[in-house]
Amino acid sequence: MIRYAMVIDTKLCIGCGDCVVACKTENKVPAGLNRDWVVEATTGTYPNLKTEFRSERCNHCAKPTCLYACPTAATYRWEDTNIVLVDPNKCTGCGACIAACPYDARLIMNEGYVSKCTFCHHRVEQGLDPACVSSCPTRCMHFGVLDDPNSTVSKLLASREHKALLDETGNEPQVYFLT
Amino acid sequence: MKRREFIQLSATLSAGAMAPVALTGCAERPLPGTGEVVRTPTVCNVCFWRCAGTVSTENGRPWKIEGNPDDLHSTGRFCTRGDGGLGMYTDPDRLKQPMIRVTENGQQRFRPATWDEAFDYIAAKMNRIKDEHGEDRLCLFSHGPGGSYFRRMLTAFGSRGYTQPSFAQCRGPRDVGFALTFGEGVGSPDRTDMENSRCIVLIGSHLGENLHNSQVQTWISALRKGATLITVDPRFSVAAGKSKHWLPIKPGTDMALLLAWMHVLINEGLYDADYVDRYVNGLDKLTAHVQQFTPEWAFTQTGIRPEVIRETAREMAKAAPATVVHPGRHVTWYGDDTQRSRAIAILTALLGSWGREGGYLAMENVNLPRYPLPDPPAPKNNWMQAVQGEYPLAPAGIAQKVIDGSIGDDAFFKGWFVYGTNLGYTIPGVTEKLQQAAQSLDLFVVVDTMPYAITGYADVILPECTYLERLDPIRNSPEREPSLAVNFPAFEPKYDSKPGWWIAKHIAERLGLGDWFPWKDYGEELDWQLRQVGSSLDEMRRIGVKKFPRTTPKYFAPNENRQFNTGSGKIELHSDLLADYGHDPLPVYTPPPTRPDEKHLHLNYGRAAAHTFGRTINNPTLFELMPENTAWVHPVAAGDFGVSNGEYVRLKNQDGVESLPVRIRVTQRIRPDSVYLVHGFGHKESQLGLANGRGADDQGLITRILVDPIMGGTGMRGNFVTLIPEEASA
Ligand code: SF4
Ligand code: SF4
Ligand code: SF4
Repeated sequence: MIRYAMVIDTKLCIGCGDCVVACKTENKVPAGLNRDWVVEATTGTYPNLKTEFRSERCNHCAKPTCLYACPTAATYRWEDTNIVLVDPNKCTGCGACIAACPYDARLIMNEGYVSKCTFCHHRVEQGLDPACVSSCPTRCMHFGVLDDPNSTVSKLLASREHKALLDETGNEPQVYFLT
Repeated sequence: MKRREFIQLSATLSAGAMAPVALTGCAERPLPGTGEVVRTPTVCNVCFWRCAGTVSTENGRPWKIEGNPDDLHSTGRFCTRGDGGLGMYTDPDRLKQPMIRVTENGQQRFRPATWDEAFDYIAAKMNRIKDEHGEDRLCLFSHGPGGSYFRRMLTAFGSRGYTQPSFAQCRGPRDVGFALTFGEGVGSPDRTDMENSRCIVLIGSHLGENLHNSQVQTWISALRKGATLITVDPRFSVAAGKSKHWLPIKPGTDMALLLAWMHVLINEGLYDADYVDRYVNGLDKLTAHVQQFTPEWAFTQTGIRPEVIRETAREMAKAAPATVVHPGRHVTWYGDDTQRSRAIAILTALLGSWGREGGYLAMENVNLPRYPLPDPPAPKNNWMQAVQGEYPLAPAGIAQKVIDGSIGDDAFFKGWFVYGTNLGYTIPGVTEKLQQAAQSLDLFVVVDTMPYAITGYADVILPECTYLERLDPIRNSPEREPSLAVNFPAFEPKYDSKPGWWIAKHIAERLGLGDWFPWKDYGEELDWQLRQVGSSLDEMRRIGVKKFPRTTPKYFAPNENRQFNTGSGKIELHSDLLADYGHDPLPVYTPPPTRPDEKHLHLNYGRAAAHTFGRTINNPTLFELMPENTAWVHPVAAGDFGVSNGEYVRLKNQDGVESLPVRIRVTQRIRPDSVYLVHGFGHKESQLGLANGRGADDQGLITRILVDPIMGGTGMRGNFVTLIPEEASA
């Protein structure tokens, strides 16, 4: 399996939400729904403070509990990669995947089927970065193949301290945050 | 009866057809971009930065906007607002047709009108003003590139009155302060060379929340390369969170810190002696002046420890000249703002960073000829002398003085064009004055895309189409490398809206001034201009952005001798000009206004990445991202007032003005003695379907204005608010 990863530098992220707007327009996500979102986590007390901004989305887990939970095989992996997709024609809207996703990354479309971040596989296929990555004005987001040790994402993970969210679930999430 | 009653547009507008909501509908959703995609070059106008990019439609429907990689304003990436720009086009609450104020049965209202009716009305009133008072009695309030056509039309008519709230409500003090020191201003985009800086100092400037694209991009690229960031801000801003040194200063005491930094640089011999010898006047006077401003003294004012003041001064000197003490943009704070900007300029001179790599560079634009036009009639009167004569050092119109100069029978101005600026939410404490001006003006025209509050005062409302539906003037703003960009319409104008150039041209024709717009389509003028520099409209339609080589150096050459555009020809630390006009020749410290009592908190305000002032709140995409603002308070203040996170309160200022209900955000990121609001919310116009009633308007709460005696800026930070829990005020 080819492993695509997103690596986001929280030291440079300004929490501007451009990634959210770019995803909505690129993917024509209807009003009121979002495939990605920005979290602000502030710790400490004035004036000893730290704020971390995180642009979050589906983690395209290497061990996707949503996929295991889906009774109709509507949730599937794109080609031989970790990119987790939903086939709207197979999805019955039962919501098992929503309960099984530790990241609350899935949404229900107005028509009743489940949708989510696709890692913009339609752009990846053309050699482009996902819309959120290529719109980020601070260039704090990176996308690439982890199996290639020379990719930017591999190099960043090799050289910088990082974390993934809820690593302990065993899902092997593939969105990494440089800290 | 009032001459002009304030009319809410909603009643008139609700009759209009609603725009269809674009919903794709069926489960079979093709992947984006697989349909017929059409791309059109655009120049973003969601803010005045004017980044260049591309609008894409798919199967005739709006799809997305992306930056043009050849454009240095954006380097191929728009900001949050620019990426949400299609919402400006799709907003169903847009102005849809011209409207004229009428009185029927003693009731004033707007009636829909044809463009011809509107033009006839305006031309007749303008001619009457000319006959009764003179042709020079009209004034343009402007924000945005399209103001230039109305300025042209009014200049041709004989009226030069012109003002942009971006001067006296925003950037004016720094441009005047820098010009007094270096003989030239900072300009826009700001000439900071942040991408090459090794040390960046932000004085209350909240880059990142303030999302001027290339500013943010160059700033972040410096941080990526390890530049030292020093942020001075009472609030733990986004920038503060990225700083090596965050100086949580007491509100309003920045000048004390700046003076103490000068003290350290001079007394420790850390300034650039070579640079100062060569270019600078007045070091001796400055040295004597700053002896009193020790870091120990500054600590008593600012709360910043003396050793931190020394250490940060040394950091700045160590990285100099690649140190930018950032000039800020919105700097009308406490009324001594030109002097504070002077202090920043003086620090810059001591660090030797004006004209040096990593400090301030010389930006360059393209030498683009103007379209040939008739000679304008000579001005009959000096309107600046007439309405703002007490500010001889102000090089531009002072918006609130222009308003004052439009009130009463003997007022200078008799007619207004208001283009793209919602004055009541832009100029603090101005509501009453606007009402008075509306009673005495003979003509009040509003040109806008949206039914903002200002339309309520108009005689005639002219609906302009958005930037996505029109040609705009060629973007030729100064940058690190010169370039031109053209905004092409991606869509036909919706409803009965029209481009600004078309509107101004028709008014001019009604006035017999058609030779000022001597073409059928504005594209002809742009094409002529482009051909003078070896391009054409056709070429620009293909490429969007055209780069040109620089013809002047970015930085001073080593050991170069130069003349500065000041009285002495040198960089002036001590300003004789200021002294001549009765102002302090060197910056002095004035303590800020203090809280009236324990129950009043400093009111501070700023910006958010999702919005451009109040102009984008009703944009459906950006509204979704940030539908309302919150009142930030520290947990201690929340405890004192008995309010909790998410609860609605009203803010009431020292003069009894109350805001709309606004949610409390309890956060450690603010001092216990302060409240923070993002600017632009609290619209009270029901015709703004989304924005109406959302959040609190900071401008309305700013009723105590600290006027800058040098250039007439409206200092807005001397106001205080108390919190009234919503059920108590009901
Ligand atoms: S666009 Fe980039 S900087 Fe802005 S919130 Fe998203 S990840 Fe952060
Ligand atoms: S990868 Fe694509 S679908 Fe996923 S959050 Fe980014 S833009 Fe949206
Ligand atoms: S900074 Fe943002 S809103 Fe302003 S012109 Fe650029 S993309 Fe548009």
